[in-house]
Amino acid sequence: MNDPLLTLLQTKARYTNEELAEALCLSTEEVSQRISDWEQDGTILGYQAVIDEGNINSSVVTAFIEVKVTPERGGGFDRLAMRVARFDQVVSCYLASGGYDLMIVVEGANLRDVASFVSEKLSSLDGVISTATHFRLKAYKEKGFIFESDTPEGRLPVAP
Amino acid sequence: MDYSDKISHQVAGIPRSGIRDFFELVQGRDDVISLGVGEPDFATPWHIREAAIYSLEKGQTSYTSNLGLLSLRKAISDYVSDFFNVDYKADTDVLVTVGVSEAIDLALRALLNPGDEVIYHSPCYVSYLPSIALAYGVPVNVSTKKEDGFALKADMLEAAITPKTRVLMLNFPTNPTGAVMPTDELKKIAALCIKHDLIVLTDEIYCELRYDDEKHVSIASLPDMRERTILLHGFSKAFAMTGFRLGYACAPEPLIEAMMKIHQYAMLCAPITSQAAALEALQNGEAAMLKMRESYHQRRDFLVNRLNEIGLECHSPGGAFYVFPDISKTGLTSQEFAMKLLESEDVAAVPGDAFGEAGQGFLRCCYATSFEELKTAMLRMERFVKTL
Repeated sequence: MNDPLLTLLQTKARYTNEELAEALCLSTEEVSQRISDWEQDGTILGYQAVIDEGNINSSVVTAFIEVKVTPERGGGFDRLAMRVARFDQVVSCYLASGGYDLMIVVEGANLRDVASFVSEKLSSLDGVISTATHFRLKAYKEKGFIFESDTPEGRLPVAP
Repeated sequence: MDYSDKISHQVAGIPRSGIRDFFELVQGRDDVISLGVGEPDFATPWHIREAAIYSLEKGQTSYTSNLGLLSLRKAISDYVSDFFNVDYKADTDVLVTVGVSEAIDLALRALLNPGDEVIYHSPCYVSYLPSIALAYGVPVNVSTKKEDGFALKADMLEAAITPKTRVLMLNFPTNPTGAVMPTDELKKIAALCIKHDLIVLTDEIYCELRYDDEKHVSIASLPDMRERTILLHGFSKAFAMTGFRLGYACAPEPLIEAMMKIHQYAMLCAPITSQAAALEALQNGEAAMLKMRESYHQRRDFLVNRLNEIGLECHSPGGAFYVFPDISKTGLTSQEFAMKLLESEDVAAVPGDAFGEAGQGFLRCCYATSFEELKTAMLRMERFVKTL
């Protein structure tokens, strides 16, 4: 990510255009023009908060699912991958090299939710050969942010 | 017991650091935004910390060679050759020290006889003058000026040279001004050093942190200067490793040998864990360093813009992570401005005269602080300046 504005947006998406402009010594007009261009051409798909769910007693269940599929003549993995990705339960979907083909991240209100998605929706899709589901136990880092409860002693307030 | 006659006259004669007084004032207050730090706001990149941990896990806890680990000296020699374009032999011309601070002390003690004069430029880092005095040298100040971007002018240097001058100390980019040296002026200075047979001590600790488009040139790399230059550098600033306390000196063998004589008895060697971390920094640290530099660059531009908007004239410094705005138009001294700013708005910035009389009328603001804090600090400073 070489563009300083895109880099800054990844951690400071809630900055106003004025703040972004100030931080990068750009004009506000330039910032708003570039962001709106990126939003229109699909470079920026959306903005999200990165939440430490441990702090809000969330009961959401997250699973990482390895999926083996049969690629299609002509379309490869894309058509099936998109069919999987369109389910609301799927929050991320990647084609991966190695021992399986698709890595998907699934969220559900509880264990049964995820289980029924896997057995009823995912496994029954034409082309899906097998699945292996791993439930998330704890998060340590998300989108570049470390979940850390204790912060070390800071710098001296004045130093030479 | 009366200790006043127990302390050496040399040490008793060194005044208390102005920064320490200010530090004690700041420490008693909550909610202070500090632009008064002299170190990066990043933790050391993880891969470097991890290398230090791994060396401990392996049980690498012994002394090293007095000069430092040979593997580290080789990496330093390669790095210095690439970055500064000067060649030093790893086995004889490189000494690993406990920060550049130790290297300055060693070099001055190794070079000076009592009464020898040492020229330094100020505003400058707070240790230069006391280090010269503690080595029984005579500090000779050359003040740099705002209109020259705080670069050292050769004619002013020449005016300060006497038959007793032995050493010239340089520090570019400079703490506290962020000044960099134009290469043509540096060449004139090199010519003077050759003409007057001076040894140059060049503290290059901020050399990676340059934001202008010019390549950093060390005086050591200019023709016929290697033989009369002690190049000092370290890991604290560019790699955010202040707490590791690791620096080095590169110089011709007889000079390193003389410095080593003191180092081997006073320090023995730099801590091996820090040396392991430094090796990792040199081998794999460039990407993280460039990322930090980019972030400093953005914050420098922001702070310079805002200070000028507020009406505190501020040149855009070429390096380091300090800006040095001129506060003289407010009619206050640096001390008064810094104290009142702290008392009324809880913003701490170091009075310029803590870095020498030439810093009077200026304020050192460090921008190695989060953008949010810089923003708030500038709002508060704006409010403060309006009340004057």
